[in-house]
Amino acid sequence: MIGDLSGLVGEFAIQISQMLLVLLLAPLLTGFVRKVKARLLRRRGPPLLQPYWDLAKLARKEAIVAESASWLFRGIPYLVFAMTWVAAALVPTFGTGLLFSWSADLIAIIALLGGARFFLALAGMDVGTSFGGLGSSREMMFATLAEPALIMIVFTLALIAGSTQLSTVAEFMLSPDVGLRISLALALVALVIVALAENARIPVDNPATHLELTMVHEAMVLEYSGRHLAMIDLSAQIKLLLYVSLIACVFAPFGLAPVAASFSAHMFGVVAYVGKLAFAGLMLALFETSVAKMRVFRVPDFIGVALMLGLLATLLRFMSRGF
Amino acid sequence: MDPIAFDIAHMFAGGLVLVSFLLLYQDRLYALLNMFAVQALVLALSVSWQAYIQQAPHLYITAVITLIFKGIVIPYALHRIVARLGIHREVEVVVGAVPTMVAGIALVALSMVVMLRVTQHADALAREDLAFALSVVLLGLLMMVTRNNAVSQVVGFMSLENGLILAATGAKGMPLVVEISIGFSVLIALIVVGIFLFRIRERFDSVDVQALDESRGKGR
Repeated sequence: MIGDLSGLVGEFAIQISQMLLVLLLAPLLTGFVRKVKARLLRRRGPPLLQPYWDLAKLARKEAIVAESASWLFRGIPYLVFAMTWVAAALVPTFGTGLLFSWSADLIAIIALLGGARFFLALAGMDVGTSFGGLGSSREMMFATLAEPALIMIVFTLALIAGSTQLSTVAEFMLSPDVGLRISLALALVALVIVALAENARIPVDNPATHLELTMVHEAMVLEYSGRHLAMIDLSAQIKLLLYVSLIACVFAPFGLAPVAASFSAHMFGVVAYVGKLAFAGLMLALFETSVAKMRVFRVPDFIGVALMLGLLATLLRFMSRGF
Repeated sequence: MDPIAFDIAHMFAGGLVLVSFLLLYQDRLYALLNMFAVQALVLALSVSWQAYIQQAPHLYITAVITLIFKGIVIPYALHRIVARLGIHREVEVVVGAVPTMVAGIALVALSMVVMLRVTQHADALAREDLAFALSVVLLGLLMMVTRNNAVSQVVGFMSLENGLILAATGAKGMPLVVEISIGFSVLIALIVVGIFLFRIRERFDSVDVQALDESRGKGR
């Protein structure tokens, strides 16, 4: 490998390696969180690589599709996977010099994730079983609060950094002009709440349970099996990785290699990124073992806090520099 | 002014607004009292930072008064009252959390729009302190409106008073005598309120102020 990565070829190489990196690391992150949670509960837990074996096993198995399912039901897993993967590829993980950086707009990422959620909810209702419909309606109930909260967070970031492009935001956060701002702290807390809700983590939904009355995400995808389920599971894992990368990119962008940096800077970026992922995984596991799951009808209050914080962050941002 | 000093002042004042929101969100009395103590702590930090950047040493005294009275004495006394009244397990839901939050956000936006228009020529720090102080005052009023329990109404009143102190420190030149007398009047208000709470309980067997609506003012 040459020491100097620049120009279109370099950006293309970074983009491709980033796409592969998120795809490869996503199951590992899930496995790591599960392992740490198990150790915290004094269990041994499954091996770190278990999610990979699960995916491989599911991909080999026969896919059973309900009689009442339409073509939409079979197509959606691939569509959801593609949308989530593209969204994850747009978030700078180890370097900001991505080929598609010009389109790596925060609003585009939210739109991709919102689209994926819409299709998944559609698939839940498509089979016509009661569980799918129940899961879809709950997912949509949470989304009606989580999405505006995310938009408010984006507004705050865009007002502070002067751009909705993630690479610009990350560069701004590294510069000393960022100062000490309470709006950013509020936005961080709100983003963490939204991330927990969107990834069906513990206070909102339990990723490990199959108890009918409490599940949200699992109820929606209950009818899937075989390779379709593998796709759905993998996209859920990529989504978790995406939110962690998003938080890391905006609020902890150190180690991120700038545009046209050397090869070693990019390698350092990868190491820093893996470190950030490990830290986020540890925090997530700690948080999940120390809180209890909420009742479904308490969840809107919880996500409402994120919306409130997002709104307050935007208002306080206006305050700090006048209208 | 040094931008970082401004940012820190902004952070404390914004934190005060945030804690006011958290006060609105609490539905258990002990949690409410603890949050009120946190609010007093944030206020004391904010006031002492103002004292530092304005080089006004008497503001340190204000901060200490706030911390001792509102951060320790009043929450402790209210804890005792709540324990004596035996209402520490009561959960009150008068207006749901989400509508209250929406109303709170609207009030904050309102106070910013009003204050930033009115104080266009003032110093940046005073402007934003006044806007934040008005929001804290309005949120305290909102708390008094949305709660039925007399103890939470008292907390709402006290947090309203915290907003007034923030406004007073932002505007330069408030005499120390006034601040000390405010501190003591709050303490006296607490004593009056404490006696009043027990009287309400004696009469109506609860501290829910809705019971007062039905009273026609007949003698004993």
